[in-house]
Amino acid sequence: MSATYLGMPSFPEAAGEALHNVTLRANLRHATHTIRDKRARAVAELADWAELREAGKQIKNRTLRHLDRYLEQLETAVTEAGGTVHWAADAEEANRIVADLVKATGEREVVKVKSMATQEIGLNEALEAEGISAYETDLAELIVQLGDDRPSHILVPAIHRNRGEIRDIFAEKMANWGRPAPDGLSDSPAELAEAARLHLREKFLRAKVGISGANFMVAETGTLVVFESEGNGRMCLTLPETLISVVGIEKVVPSWRDLEVFLQTLPRSSTAERMNPYTSMWTGTADTDGPQTFHLVLLDNGRTDALADEVGRQALRCIRCSACLNVCPVYERAGGHAYGSVYPGPIGAILSPQLRGIQSEIDASLPYASTLCGACYEVCPVAIDIPEVLVHLREKVADQGGKGHRLEKAAIKAAGWVLDHPAALAAGERAASRTRKLHPKRLPGAGAWTAARELPELPAESFRDWWKKNRT
Amino acid sequence: MSAGPYSRTSSRDRILARVRSAVADAPEAPEPARDYLTTHTPDDPAAVLDLLHENLADYRAIVHRTTPDEMPWLLMRLLAERGSATVLVPPGLPPEWLSAADATRIHDRSVSTAQELDAVDSVVTGCALAIAETGTIVLDAGPGQGRRRITLIPDHHICVVRVPDQVVASVPQAMSRLDPTRPLTWISGPSATSDIELDRVEGVHGPRTLEVVLLQG
Ligand code: SF4
Repeated sequence: MSATYLGMPSFPEAAGEALHNVTLRANLRHATHTIRDKRARAVAELADWAELREAGKQIKNRTLRHLDRYLEQLETAVTEAGGTVHWAADAEEANRIVADLVKATGEREVVKVKSMATQEIGLNEALEAEGISAYETDLAELIVQLGDDRPSHILVPAIHRNRGEIRDIFAEKMANWGRPAPDGLSDSPAELAEAARLHLREKFLRAKVGISGANFMVAETGTLVVFESEGNGRMCLTLPETLISVVGIEKVVPSWRDLEVFLQTLPRSSTAERMNPYTSMWTGTADTDGPQTFHLVLLDNGRTDALADEVGRQALRCIRCSACLNVCPVYERAGGHAYGSVYPGPIGAILSPQLRGIQSEIDASLPYASTLCGACYEVCPVAIDIPEVLVHLREKVADQGGKGHRLEKAAIKAAGWVLDHPAALAAGERAASRTRKLHPKRLPGAGAWTAARELPELPAESFRDWWKKNRT
Repeated sequence: MSAGPYSRTSSRDRILARVRSAVADAPEAPEPARDYLTTHTPDDPAAVLDLLHENLADYRAIVHRTTPDEMPWLLMRLLAERGSATVLVPPGLPPEWLSAADATRIHDRSVSTAQELDAVDSVVTGCALAIAETGTIVLDAGPGQGRRRITLIPDHHICVVRVPDQVVASVPQAMSRLDPTRPLTWISGPSATSDIELDRVEGVHGPRTLEVVLLQG
């Protein structure tokens, strides 16, 4: 993973630090509560949400079961449509492929669409080492990049910054990279967005190479799909002569029709909109419309390891909507940086240790960064049973001669909430366990909260009622 | 193909082999059940149109309804109200639509550069279809729509939807009518960001103003 995260402290340590940052916690709390309330309304509009969720889960399960076949089909379709497919076993290989492709164009600058995959492999740093400047063009990513910072949320990476901080970053840093911020820039969101528009437009209009990820790839047609809001994605995907897309192998879906499910579930789960402002779909290259050269880099980088784990592989269904972050009491307290990876929150707690292994301190601590309350599972549009995978990974950490129990206590304490509310935790665990038939006995003995203390009586009100009354 | 450590063939084969061994013992996954609805809206064209109107407006597109006779006057007025001196015209746009407009017509050509497009005030296009339940217009670069870039760079986009032919109720209905081999752009309201304290701001990089004309009859 990205060098940015090397030497990260374990989750408990990082979360403990975050807990003392009052601005951060206020920003996070406001943001996560706003998004999750809006999301609930957007989801309630669709009477068939449960069926869409089940279809999404099954489509992804089928894809994963026959991933070899769908990847080969995708390769053929993309190639026939005029694209070139490359395969990258790990981050280093992906970065090498992209750097060579950029150099072959003779360019020294690229514009980028927000992409988790390229963050995961540390592409910007790798390109920089080759003398290539990669400009992030998503507003939040721009804020993060100019601030020499790290993203803290999948959907709103600069969620930890308030408008005053953003103003200062723009005023101070834009000039180093191109068009400076306008004189007398205020902290109004409209003025800040306008400053970003002017700063980035000169880059878009002259860019010869664009780099993106993709939300989906369709095996039968070779179509790639990017969801976005600002139009920076469309700029990067259509104005340059060369487009390079780096995409995890799990992002493929079998058929064109499958998209109808995710086009309904992804926007509502992530930005809580019926549809995000812009979605681009392209198949290879088109005659005079858009890039004339298209490269697709298919990335493994630990995904086949996750695939081999029969409990953990469901994490590869993730469509990166970020709904699980916004409902997680631990994320709300600890903030995204504490997870030490580009994938924060509940999904990060199960995905990162699978992609990277559980040898390091941070990865061994991540499966404990949860109260197992089950809220993440309930909102997940592809029904990933995150608590089940967390428990499974805790077993693995304990098996490697771990310090599981200590880690768990430290993680939960650092997240600062649950120790004040032990009854809530226990009730949440029991309610969640019952709904998913995850009997507490299956929790590993030493690591189980349930074993470590008396379970109080399950209160008369349900956990969700309690949650609503006390937390919103 | 070379046999270096990073030759394409070796990584391709290695990844596929790893996938095969990872799922060798996994249970068979059936064809997905598609028990979800194909539409959430009653099959009543007038209600579908109203829903489209409402959802477009909810996402801050400005919506107009008109007839073929009134169309030239409406477009003249919309361009004049913005003070647009130039309007971009994609190949295949019905010429009568802009017959009353004062703005200078700029014809998009494949040689037109992004910088040239950046100097244009407005663009008028048709669309492939519009989706009522989500308030979305979909462009597929067909006649009257032009290249993807022309609806991206100018700050003002007027998009014409032919009613009822180009209106569908739902996303599944839209998918079955679209051709994946064409470049597709789905547009739901003007460009927007919520990255600064979640305050929604319209128009970061795409057009700040999206006007949708529902052309009936
Ligand atoms: S795990 Fe589920 S809820 Fe979380 S980001 Fe992935 S798809 Fe969304």
